[in-house]
Amino acid sequence: MARAVSTRRKVFFSVVAWAIAFAIFFPILWTILTSFKSEGDAIELPPKFIFFSWTLENYAVVQERSDYIKFAMNSVMLALGSTILALIIAIPAAWAMAFAPGKRTKDLLMWMLSTKMMPPVGALIPLYLIFRDFGLLDTRGGIIIVLMLLNLPIIIWMLYTYFKEIPAEILEASRMDGASIGKELVYVLAPMAVPGIASTVLLNIILAWNEAFWTLSLTTKDAAPLTQFIASYSSPEGLFWAKLSAASTMAIAPILVLGWFAQKQLVRGLTFGAVK
Amino acid sequence: MGTITLKKVRKAFGDAVIIPGADLDIRHGEFVVFVGPSGCGKSTLLRLIAGLEDLTSGDILIDGENVSEVPPSKRGLSMVFQSYALYPHMSVRNNIAFGLKMAGMPKPEIEAKVAKAAATLNLTEYLDRKPRMLSGGQRQRVAIGRAIVRQPKGFLFDEPLSNLDAALRVNMRIEIMQLHKDLGATMVYVTHDQVEAMTMADRIVVLNRGSIEQVGSPLELYNRPDSLFVAGFIGSPKMNFVSGNLAAIYNAHTIGIRPEHISIVESGGDWQGTIQLTEHLGADSFLHVEAGEAGRLTVRASGEFAGKPGDTVHLKPDPARVHRFDQNGRAVR
Repeated sequence: MARAVSTRRKVFFSVVAWAIAFAIFFPILWTILTSFKSEGDAIELPPKFIFFSWTLENYAVVQERSDYIKFAMNSVMLALGSTILALIIAIPAAWAMAFAPGKRTKDLLMWMLSTKMMPPVGALIPLYLIFRDFGLLDTRGGIIIVLMLLNLPIIIWMLYTYFKEIPAEILEASRMDGASIGKELVYVLAPMAVPGIASTVLLNIILAWNEAFWTLSLTTKDAAPLTQFIASYSSPEGLFWAKLSAASTMAIAPILVLGWFAQKQLVRGLTFGAVK
Repeated sequence: MGTITLKKVRKAFGDAVIIPGADLDIRHGEFVVFVGPSGCGKSTLLRLIAGLEDLTSGDILIDGENVSEVPPSKRGLSMVFQSYALYPHMSVRNNIAFGLKMAGMPKPEIEAKVAKAAATLNLTEYLDRKPRMLSGGQRQRVAIGRAIVRQPKGFLFDEPLSNLDAALRVNMRIEIMQLHKDLGATMVYVTHDQVEAMTMADRIVVLNRGSIEQVGSPLELYNRPDSLFVAGFIGSPKMNFVSGNLAAIYNAHTIGIRPEHISIVESGGDWQGTIQLTEHLGADSFLHVEAGEAGRLTVRASGEFAGKPGDTVHLKPDPARVHRFDQNGRAVR
């Protein structure tokens, strides 16, 4: 009897889980479907789900009208650049907080997190002016710094929780073995924290790739990533849903693929330390 | 060379004073054991020598050179940890070689040294395994291999055997003593186990609440304890303590007499009592005797003792072996 009940529960929760997952994924699916419609089909009411005349025309037009590769390269550079820069700062920071905490370490961690609670628009004007004065507007370097700062609290927090799981004695052993702090980080701590660092890197590439507020506000042409590429299709001249969808699909495809392949690592990373 | 000198070494975490002030001279090639109950500061003292903790005040000298401000990596000491602290992502070979790599030694030389250390410790066939594939005893050997391969000025052991089972512990104890003999290096060894201390040490440092109670050879501590604490801590089973009128006869506040220094006589002993419990170890028997004014005493009888619980025994302490203490717990001599 107990078995029957648990099977029924299992089915029920599976159905609920699939329904929720579908609801979350639906906008993305709809975007992808729309990208293969003609502009007419795209605004048809009631909407056609799959029975429309499939076309690649939108992709051809988008490709013709703007340089996808240039935007995509900017996205890659910004995502990778900001993540690498953040790691360079975050690994030593998280090491210090995990293995040599001071009286205020906990406060510092909370303060860092609190910066994520502030609406970013609050910092837009001052940051814009600083960027203008330093000539950083629409430069990759400038955006990399902003994205790095944006995600640094999360990176430090994540690494901090991974590092906390590593026994301090192993690091002390390396010190006794003659390793300087730099070598201790590179040869002992980092290899032991590889799973944690990997999921941190993945999450941050995804966050940086998807970041729209700052990239849209601070770039125009030279450093513009795929968010600008999408935005350029919602113009005052009118909305072209199918073309906008095609551009969106092209913009999200790489990160979707990356996320798909890395999902195991991501789930493991995000739940690390939650269950022993 | 490998001399280690502590001068007024003090360690405090905020208001909590762990080591109020320790002075100690460790000679080259000596096997020194820090022993004391848990929380007595013995591990902290070892970590101060290692450089893993910062001194609050005082100085630590290695080979006459003040290393108080020198990081652990530059002190030239090796340490074996209680948890072994092996690098889990490295093979046994790389674990042992790590210190040499850090020192920038050329590869062929590293390989030769690792091979030699592995041979000494019977690890040759495990060199390519990861630590998680080894048993506790093998892991401990790797940790020791990692320590000896660097030919340090001194070795620090932080309760290295407490994670091993009893039989293995005795074996490793002998191996470490053999290693000390072969290398002739200075070793500082921390344990809470007074048997380990007695069997291994050239000199024992007994610590109590962060202070050094007494320093001496195992037999000095056994025969001439300076305080009640040392008297009670060294020796197994524990020394018996008797206070009051019976102690006053000896002109002392408290007297101490070890179980092996009380003989069981047919009649006319100083004390008499009833056997409560007998522990048979084969070679010895330990009797727990309720001896009236003298309180509960432990008596060691050699061989198999025939007496049963409830029997009355007459006890005679060896007067030459009675230790006398004043009201502050210090020895009266």
